Amino acid sequence: MFLNICLYLLVLSNFLLLGTARVVQMTKYTALQGFLLAILLFHFGHTVLTVAVLLIKGLVLPGLLWRTLKKMPSEALICPHRLVAIDVIAGMAGLAFAIWLDGRLGSDLTHNLFPELFLPLGLTTLFCGLILIIGRVKAITQVIGYLAAENGIFLLGMPLMTQGTTWFELALLLDVFVAVFVMGIAINRISDSFASMDVDHFRSLRD
Amino acid sequence: MNTAFFSYLANLALALLLAPLLFGVINRVKAKVAGRHGKPLLQTYYDLAKLFRKSEVISPTTGLFFQLAPALQLVAILAALCLLPLGGNASPLAFAGDFLLAAYLLGLGRFAMIVAALETGSSFEGMGASREAAFSALAEPIFFLAISVLTSLHLDLGETHDWAFSLSLLFGGQSAGAWLSGKFELLLLPIVFFLLLLVENSRIPVDDPTTHLELTMIHEVMILDHSGPNLALILYASALKLWFFASLVAGLLVPDLGAMGFLLWIAVIFLVACAIGLVESSMARLRLKRVTTFLGGACAMAALVLIFSQMR
Repeated sequence: MFLNICLYLLVLSNFLLLGTARVVQMTKYTALQGFLLAILLFHFGHTVLTVAVLLIKGLVLPGLLWRTLKKMPSEALICPHRLVAIDVIAGMAGLAFAIWLDGRLGSDLTHNLFPELFLPLGLTTLFCGLILIIGRVKAITQVIGYLAAENGIFLLGMPLMTQGTTWFELALLLDVFVAVFVMGIAINRISDSFASMDVDHFRSLRD
Repeated sequence: MNTAFFSYLANLALALLLAPLLFGVINRVKAKVAGRHGKPLLQTYYDLAKLFRKSEVISPTTGLFFQLAPALQLVAILAALCLLPLGGNASPLAFAGDFLLAAYLLGLGRFAMIVAALETGSSFEGMGASREAAFSALAEPIFFLAISVLTSLHLDLGETHDWAFSLSLLFGGQSAGAWLSGKFELLLLPIVFFLLLLVENSRIPVDDPTTHLELTMIHEVMILDHSGPNLALILYASALKLWFFASLVAGLLVPDLGAMGFLLWIAVIFLVACAIGLVESSMARLRLKRVTTFLGGACAMAALVLIFSQMR
């Protein structure tokens, strides 16, 4: 029951991510996803990873994003509203597809490997991340999308973890951390060099 | 049968009696949050008594319908309320598909007010009428989508076709039993109905019920020309409408507890009023353009529940 509440909250946080136009709000939802993943890990008994995920996904990465946001002009922090509606509809389609796929894969595979709801919700989180990367025009939301997609993969990997894989997952976390760090630096550079954070403007770059 | 019938009548009487108190609770919560003492809780009753004693000023531009519309609206909303299960008791008037009648009775009441507003010949009131029509037209599909989620849930739970299309089953406590037994996605539905309540009752963030002089207001502008007993009827009808929508939320949250369930049910209705007060204290009115986004959010939530409950 407790597990189910966390999973529902996670999928809800995905749609909140897709449904908000404010980047500040999106950062908070990213932190929420980190906390929820940590709770799920704790439920599976991976104490070391729980602490690592809580620190990295729940605090450090949203903190880094927050730091970047503070340096950006306020008009860069609102996405166009029409994109939000399309993103939510695409997310719904992603959820429907994930649930359909879960049914198609057959109960043998899914129930032996994954507890109920894990596969569809993991896939949904992955899709929502991809939609954020493709559908939004701000560089910072693409980082948030990357994080959400990674959360989806992490969720899919969680039931398959054994004690030996803890270090592997920790290494992956380090990878993500470095990736977001590099993206943060890149965004800062973009923001310094060009007037806008809108990646649509990159189409007309000249020497 | 007789006990259930009298219990329903008692609940209906309670609804008719307590509905104006909801406005008192909302205003008191808003005042407390703002650090004031606020109006008396019974202020709406005093207002109603005052308005019923007053004479009426009627513009020569208006026709007979202008005077009939408030009564028509009140009767329509009262009839819709009689189709709802109240306090966990099924309505004696329940039949398969009564949710359609309830929705269109509310629509009839709204239509009466819109025509009355247009009859005054004032472009200002016409503007409000057009907005009211637009937003309620957008809210109606969401209402039906949410009802279809509940209907499909009850058909899955093994109810017969006759019964699963009736408000008395959908909001009678079984839905609360379903989410208590692990279908947590259903907890989004009370939120959807709460958002619909804000739209249909012209509350913040959709419309500000306290203002009479803004160009962007919706409901209040339509009733500017009404006065005296007719204004009292409109005020009382809007209190009943608020009770109707709060009952929808309560019907989804309160499980079937038998005879004592109605106390919890009334408590949830007043908690909904407190929630409206808190929302109104913490939010500003949305720009008119943004109201559609707000409704879109409610629609997305209802669709999410439908996907979850039907595809699994």
